[in-house]
Amino acid sequence: MADTSFGSGAQRSRDLAHSQTAYLELVRRRRMYGGILLVLFIALMASGFNLAQSRNAGGFLNGLPNVFAFPSEVLSEAWEKRANLPGIFLEHVPALIETLNIAAVSTLLGGIAAMAMALLATRGLARWPRLTGLFRRMMDICRAIPEIVIALILIYILGGGPVPAVIAISLHTAGALGKLFSEVAENADLKPVEGLQSVGASWGQQMWFGVIPQVAPNWLSYALLRFEINVRASAILGFVGEGGIGYDLKIAMQWGMGRYDQVVAIFLLLFLTIVLIDRVSDHFRNRLVKG
Amino acid sequence: MTAFAPPLAETITRRFARRSMAAFAIPAVMLAYLVYAAISFDLAGLASRARMDNAAILLADFWSHKTHVTRQNRTGDLIVAVEGEAKGTYPKGHLPDWVAQDGDVTVIDLGDDHLITYDQGGARYSVPDYGVIDIRQTEDGLTLTAPEPLPDWINASDNRVSVTTDAGRFAYTRSKVETFRYQPGWPLFFFTPASAFHGMSWPELAASALWGERVDPDRTNIAAMAGDFWNNSMWRHRDVIWAMFETVLMAFLGTFGAAIVALPLGFMAASNMMPFRLVRFGLRRVFDFIRGVDGLIWTIVLARAFGPGPMTGALAILLTDTGSFGKIFSEALENIDEKQVEGVRSTGANTVQRARFGVIPQVMPVLLSQVLYFLESNTRGATIIGAIVGGGIGLLLTQAIQTQKDWEDVAYYMILIVLTVIAMDSLSGWLRRKLIKG
Repeated sequence: MADTSFGSGAQRSRDLAHSQTAYLELVRRRRMYGGILLVLFIALMASGFNLAQSRNAGGFLNGLPNVFAFPSEVLSEAWEKRANLPGIFLEHVPALIETLNIAAVSTLLGGIAAMAMALLATRGLARWPRLTGLFRRMMDICRAIPEIVIALILIYILGGGPVPAVIAISLHTAGALGKLFSEVAENADLKPVEGLQSVGASWGQQMWFGVIPQVAPNWLSYALLRFEINVRASAILGFVGEGGIGYDLKIAMQWGMGRYDQVVAIFLLLFLTIVLIDRVSDHFRNRLVKG
Repeated sequence: MTAFAPPLAETITRRFARRSMAAFAIPAVMLAYLVYAAISFDLAGLASRARMDNAAILLADFWSHKTHVTRQNRTGDLIVAVEGEAKGTYPKGHLPDWVAQDGDVTVIDLGDDHLITYDQGGARYSVPDYGVIDIRQTEDGLTLTAPEPLPDWINASDNRVSVTTDAGRFAYTRSKVETFRYQPGWPLFFFTPASAFHGMSWPELAASALWGERVDPDRTNIAAMAGDFWNNSMWRHRDVIWAMFETVLMAFLGTFGAAIVALPLGFMAASNMMPFRLVRFGLRRVFDFIRGVDGLIWTIVLARAFGPGPMTGALAILLTDTGSFGKIFSEALENIDEKQVEGVRSTGANTVQRARFGVIPQVMPVLLSQVLYFLESNTRGATIIGAIVGGGIGLLLTQAIQTQKDWEDVAYYMILIVLTVIAMDSLSGWLRRKLIKG
């Protein structure tokens, strides 16, 4: 940056005398650009918020006092019935396990698909180097389609149950993990692959013995992070579609007054599970990446 | 050395044995888990529950449409309408070229020599390689004349005759006679029959736009076309584009709002910026709480307070991401190089100046690239949040899916969402490269 401000060649000696003014000039210009960008950004945020507010059913300031109304209503009712909570916990554990199973199965299936797609889409490793672009686009599309779209369409075809959610989350996981996996694989050392090639290993053997051992810790760490995300996604899909703890939550919410102890119990169950999984996966990821 | 050699060799062999055990055990455990999951998800029962006919309808509807040609038998009124909807009705005198009306007689050409004729007192359907199915209406019911024996694709009773062929479907009841013709493509995507531009080919449209006579004397033809397209009542482009924009707006406001809120909080939660342990500890737990409660629950709570709409969605994203950003920002701040801060401190700068000139320039690229990553994933997330709070494209999508027949709309929204997400993906990637390099 500094070099360019001083100019080059014949001008240099003359500009050196004015280096201070040139520097101050540069600083001023940079500040001005920064200021303009900031003003533009603030204007964009403000007008965007205004627009969002005008298209919302309730206004921001009108709603603000109500933010705590619903939680406090729910909590106070649940507090009165706090004796019921342990029983309700147990009642919803099967649904929680279903939600976790959906997340685990789709992380597993999506991860396996992502492994294959990532290797096929990585330059230098791909089985068919000409098709890397195709596999990249496939991953992009898998990533771009929101899970809810696939889940709702599959519910129409397959009926309710966990399978539509599994397929929807797996597809998304394959795309998202595929991109991350391929970024890791790009940095893999190619020497083992070449060594295996020289002894006549097939492409599958080259990948399995030459690449996978190198990238496995990073890949596992990404897969664990994805599992965390998928637990949340599977709860949300349950709320919108069918199955798992999200569905129980929706039913309890629709019931409204009188079932708020259920709502609180499910909230708590979900909260504790998510925090626990976050902690455990944080711990393992740290160990995996650091050695 | 030699004394150590045998145990060393032994250890290595043992390790190898353990490794090769693991190489078999891990896939075996995975497989066992998948089998358990398949049983607990009742995969076997799925086959009986799956509605493959629904799948066929859905797939056909994604890329094709049907046109209804309906005659009311009492009045003799003929209506030709796309999907049988009022807004897709062809105006009198502008029927599609495969429907010919001449007085009381209507001839429908379904292609491949399938010809249907509506005439006074009945209708005829001539099916190639079979013959003519003739239906006459009498006082006491319908009389069917067709080559015997009747094949199973003709379903006949006293009150109703229906015929299903590859070319289309035909149904005659006492009150009306209907023909459905299936054709590929999304009909009326650009102009509804109400528009003057309906039925023009691309060259005709271009000619009309550039030098054709004004259809509407008040506007140029290009403006009229844009207006007719924008206000298309069948595909509702205006509403759809607005909804898509709302979704992107939610993601934008939520992500950057969260970044603005989280930046000072991140400073306060970083151990090298905030001397008071209690504040740090408290803020960290707040971040954990916000992230743990999860976007779903925040969305529900906020939707109760603010009602449905894009602002609620934006606030839900803002709240959820504040937790994530607070954590990421404070960690990034803890990993900075202290030398730069010391340099600024040596010039006598106060805390704010040290933060502005010593810290921000170091962490800005990291923070911005995280924010842009979130922006891109929130665009997709805003679709789901929209479905929960009732705003944006998520709402349109769930509504279209719930009708269980507007699958072409679902396909349209899906394509739009995918294109938007990919566009946001490349935009944020481009910005990231620009900002981090420069």
